[in-house]
Amino acid sequence: MPQLDYVSPLTAEEAVAALAAGGGLAKVLAGGTDLLVQLRFGRLAPGQIVDVKRVPGAIGIREEDGEFVIGAATPGTLIGEHEALGRAWPGVVEAATLIGSTQIQGRASMAGNLCNASPAADSVPALVAAGATCVIVGPAGRRTAAAETIAVAPGVTSLTPDEFILEIRLPRRPRRSADAYLRSIPRTEMDIAVVGVGVSLSLDEAGVVSHARVAMGAVGPTVIVADAAAGALIGTQVDEAALAALDAAARAACSPISDKRGTVEFRTRIAGVLARRAAIIAFARAGKR
Amino acid sequence: MSEVLDRGVTEVELKVVGTRPIRPDGTEKVTGAAMFGADFSMPGMLVGKIKRSPHAHARIVSIDTRRARAVPGVKAVVTAADFPDLASEEYEGGESASNLRDLSLNCMARAKALYDGHAVAAVAAVSAAAAAEAIDLIEIEYEVLPHVIDVEEAMAHDAPVLHAHLFTEGLETRPLSPSNIAQKNELARGDLPAGFAAADVVMEHRYTTAAVHQGYIEPHACVASFAPDGQCQVWSSSQGQFMVRTYCAKVLDLEASNIRVTPAEIGGGFGGKTTVYLEPVALALSRQAGAPVKMVMSREDVFRATGPTSGAVIEIKLGATREGEITAADVVLKYQAGAFPGSPVGAGSMTALACYDIANFRITGYDVVTNSPKVAAYRAPGAPIAAFAVESAVDEMALELGMDPIVLRERNAVKDGVKAAYGPTYRNIGYLETLEAIRDHPHYAAPLGPNQGRGVAVGFWFNVGGESTAAVHINEDGTAVVVTGNPDIGGSRASMAMMAAEVLGLPIEKVRPIVADTASIGFSMLTGGSRTTFATGMAVTQAAQKIVAELRRRAAQIWNVDPEKAEWRNGAAVCLDPAKPEIEPLSLAALAGRSARTGGPITAEVSLTAQGAGPGFGAHICDVEVDPETGHVTILRYTAAQDVGRAIHPAYVEGQIQGGVAQGIGWALNEEYVFDRLGRMENAGFLDYRVPVASDLPMIEPIIVEVANPRHPFGAKGVGEVPIVPPLAAVANAVRRAIGVRMTDLPLSPPKIRAVIDAR
Amino acid sequence: MKRRHVSAIVNGDPVEFLTWPGSTLLDALRDELLLTGSKEGCSSGDCGACSVIVDGRLVCSCLMLAAEAEGRRIETIEGMAEDGALHPLQRKFLEHAALQCGFCTPGLLVAAKALLEANPEPTESEARYWLAGNLCRCTGYDKVIRAVMDAAAEMRQARRL
Repeated sequence: MPQLDYVSPLTAEEAVAALAAGGGLAKVLAGGTDLLVQLRFGRLAPGQIVDVKRVPGAIGIREEDGEFVIGAATPGTLIGEHEALGRAWPGVVEAATLIGSTQIQGRASMAGNLCNASPAADSVPALVAAGATCVIVGPAGRRTAAAETIAVAPGVTSLTPDEFILEIRLPRRPRRSADAYLRSIPRTEMDIAVVGVGVSLSLDEAGVVSHARVAMGAVGPTVIVADAAAGALIGTQVDEAALAALDAAARAACSPISDKRGTVEFRTRIAGVLARRAAIIAFARAGKR
Repeated sequence: MSEVLDRGVTEVELKVVGTRPIRPDGTEKVTGAAMFGADFSMPGMLVGKIKRSPHAHARIVSIDTRRARAVPGVKAVVTAADFPDLASEEYEGGESASNLRDLSLNCMARAKALYDGHAVAAVAAVSAAAAAEAIDLIEIEYEVLPHVIDVEEAMAHDAPVLHAHLFTEGLETRPLSPSNIAQKNELARGDLPAGFAAADVVMEHRYTTAAVHQGYIEPHACVASFAPDGQCQVWSSSQGQFMVRTYCAKVLDLEASNIRVTPAEIGGGFGGKTTVYLEPVALALSRQAGAPVKMVMSREDVFRATGPTSGAVIEIKLGATREGEITAADVVLKYQAGAFPGSPVGAGSMTALACYDIANFRITGYDVVTNSPKVAAYRAPGAPIAAFAVESAVDEMALELGMDPIVLRERNAVKDGVKAAYGPTYRNIGYLETLEAIRDHPHYAAPLGPNQGRGVAVGFWFNVGGESTAAVHINEDGTAVVVTGNPDIGGSRASMAMMAAEVLGLPIEKVRPIVADTASIGFSMLTGGSRTTFATGMAVTQAAQKIVAELRRRAAQIWNVDPEKAEWRNGAAVCLDPAKPEIEPLSLAALAGRSARTGGPITAEVSLTAQGAGPGFGAHICDVEVDPETGHVTILRYTAAQDVGRAIHPAYVEGQIQGGVAQGIGWALNEEYVFDRLGRMENAGFLDYRVPVASDLPMIEPIIVEVANPRHPFGAKGVGEVPIVPPLAAVANAVRRAIGVRMTDLPLSPPKIRAVIDAR
Repeated sequence: MKRRHVSAIVNGDPVEFLTWPGSTLLDALRDELLLTGSKEGCSSGDCGACSVIVDGRLVCSCLMLAAEAEGRRIETIEGMAEDGALHPLQRKFLEHAALQCGFCTPGLLVAAKALLEANPEPTESEARYWLAGNLCRCTGYDKVIRAVMDAAAEMRQARRL
């Protein structure tokens, strides 16, 4: 592929300049687990590859005033190994570490997963349920955007060609909060999610759900934030009635397609099932804190 | 380690056969040094690439290669115009007969593209980039035609016809119009209506399966060199170097002696590499370019353009008495052949009822061409599909009769002396023994929990004999080399060495097996049909026996005694003449050391057409758990009993059983070809063509049953293919018992299971 | 368009090679360094036959650009045996007959080595999930898992001594 060029900038500004110079054909390289497949299969026109892994802050996890700041190109294995992150955000970690195989985990990043904008991306429902935000660097400097605003359509993001995500931030967590992510796949590993559901909730002193967010993947062109589903949990202790309401609301919020991975009916059904199961897990986790 | 159940094996005490030595090619395989097809290089080598049709069915109106030829670095461009236009000719050399004209057209389309992915042109260039650029610049004008892939749609009167010259064979009157039904065949016995009339319960079902691929991890690869003097060399990952030579010779109209094919190590075949796709094209490119050409398929091309096995429809009507005697069976098999005739429906028909002694039956098979890749052999070709239907139907009958599924099968089991549904009379078969083995195994009595079910299924495969040549050479230091012409796809190389070592009385470390090229060993039929340990093993054994006879003769000559007085024991000649008690034994090394003075090199070669292959039977138990909310099936436990005659190397026999079971499980649960409405494969990659991964499977317990085959020197029967036959139904029967509903359509993917549970 | 020059450490040795920007690490290993032990099974990261370890992380070399290898430490199957002695995993694979055609074996061995470095005492389930990215079509995984567990036990024992 002789048309392609590769650069590995050492600062965020250099990276932005390289992207800008690419004239729309430049692509960000983090873990490469989506990009290289697209290159190989001719789905991308040749252009500039801008490797952001050496930009300061691109790889690494740190805590800042209770927020977790995750470098955009941090591979899944680092996310999975970070004990504090795993304690605070087990659902996000589950989601990130479910992407692909161990080998994929050695490279794949959450920002890459987000910016690939596949409806079935595993990390996205958990990030969105968590209320994650992205710090985006561009020619005009830095800006912040909610994770659910990144993908606007399958394969299309809200980023301009000269922007890239530098870090993902998870907000400070109230006490008695927890999240969970579940997905349905035909095998036990290796598959793209047929449905993925992330639930994040917080409990008040009495153990009643005071805050909840439910996000679903692979049941619409982009992640679906199911407000009614979340509403079904608030004010409850996730009893059977709440779960039934959650199930129904989750199903109602879906707008999946039928494709080689699943039918409309199946995806809708499973969205309800996974919403229930994830809510039960998140509730149990939150109760233990 | 598996259980080995000895049922009357020959009494001779064996020292090597039956043990588990480290395989001779083991170190090179675990260090990455073994050379597979894509690992070869030659100086000046070019990269070859194929241009493939994007249409499932189209007339090729014109091909213009001028712009492609002008790309810098492009050294050759070929199309069908560079291949002889062959007449139709049947050739027996693959696992089944093939039509050479069809084979040639499949390697390079002429006039028509018959499936998405069909090769229409090829390029050789100095780099992959130049080749890719040239491929894009080949201009092809197509007239797109309506296509058909579903087997019953292809059989319909108004289906688009693939071949204007194809008229259904096997009908009573020759039809007037061409059809996609290439052949109808029928096997029948007894009086079908009377048989059903005698039944207390009659059930009728329809089963469907999708096309599945062998799924070998190594894509097809070869390096070919066509020198200016006409001498051709091919290194190829294939299941038969002689088959490759023959096909290249026929497709390019060359003489066999001008082609030398060296088998590379092969990264899986399972039947899918018993034919050629790249080799004739690489040779044609090399001839034009004047340089060697390497061609390696992408994974996508492997799926789009190499043979899966058939998708099929099976209709089965079964009748039985309340006591469990199956009185009648009527089976109709409709198999996809892909773009050219030649599905394994014949073998499917022959094996469908092979485990059952039924007086009245009819098996009808249809071989149907479809706009999908030409099917290739896949491990017991045709049998798993038929067994899925028969074993599901028998299981349903067992449920209806309230009978244990093993007991029902025992009641109708074939045994020695019974005439098989496909013709011959069974001798020395171990079918009942395999049923006994699973019946008595602790798995069968283990308790089951909620949403769990246990399925039983049996399977059969005949093993072929065929032509094999083997040579054994004794080196001057008393070590030995065993030369055969069969690529090692499952550990056969080790077994060849073991059999020779056993006969020669040498430790296994002193016997080196090699797989030779076509110029260095006599003809051997390819590795397939579970034949290598049987047939090539027989040739190896006989060659070693000839060597032993020669060694005895030389020892007798040295000792000046009668030849019958020199016996071979534990790797040495021993003098039995009572008049000469002082004579010490002469070891193989000692005899080899003086070979020049006693008659010259000690070597033997045997060519034979092995007869008497013993068919194999298997009986499997599968436990599953179904998640009723998600439709997900988990395989909890799997036990597979098989009669192997004699396990030459038990670890490799176990490996064959486990590998075949794993493929069968994938076939049952998740594997299928998915086509879009334009007839293009949607899941041509390992992401969405879902073979089992390590976390999908439990340990698979093999039970080796040994009912010796008296026509093999060590009692061996073929092993490799039987294991894939029962699992489709074993899994489906387990799911039936877990969810209470019979699934008749494979694969049993979660959406289907969930839908059936919802409707329950 | 010129090729890039890359310097890296492969199996402990410094190496240099030229690569096109779009070529993968797998391409470079096989075609430039002639280390053909890593195999190409799918080019999409779904089969694991190309597995290598980069800076201590198990990755698919088909999903990494060769250019990214600059300055990195790469371990391939060819570096697994040391001074002619097979690694315990290699020995156990042979003892347990955990390979049939052998094509997936290099990738499996590298992945298993990474597993035992991360988790010296895996359960059967942990081993299976870790190795889920390595497809094998011949063995059904049974003997592979047995070999890995047996090697793990031997390596733990050796560390205790």
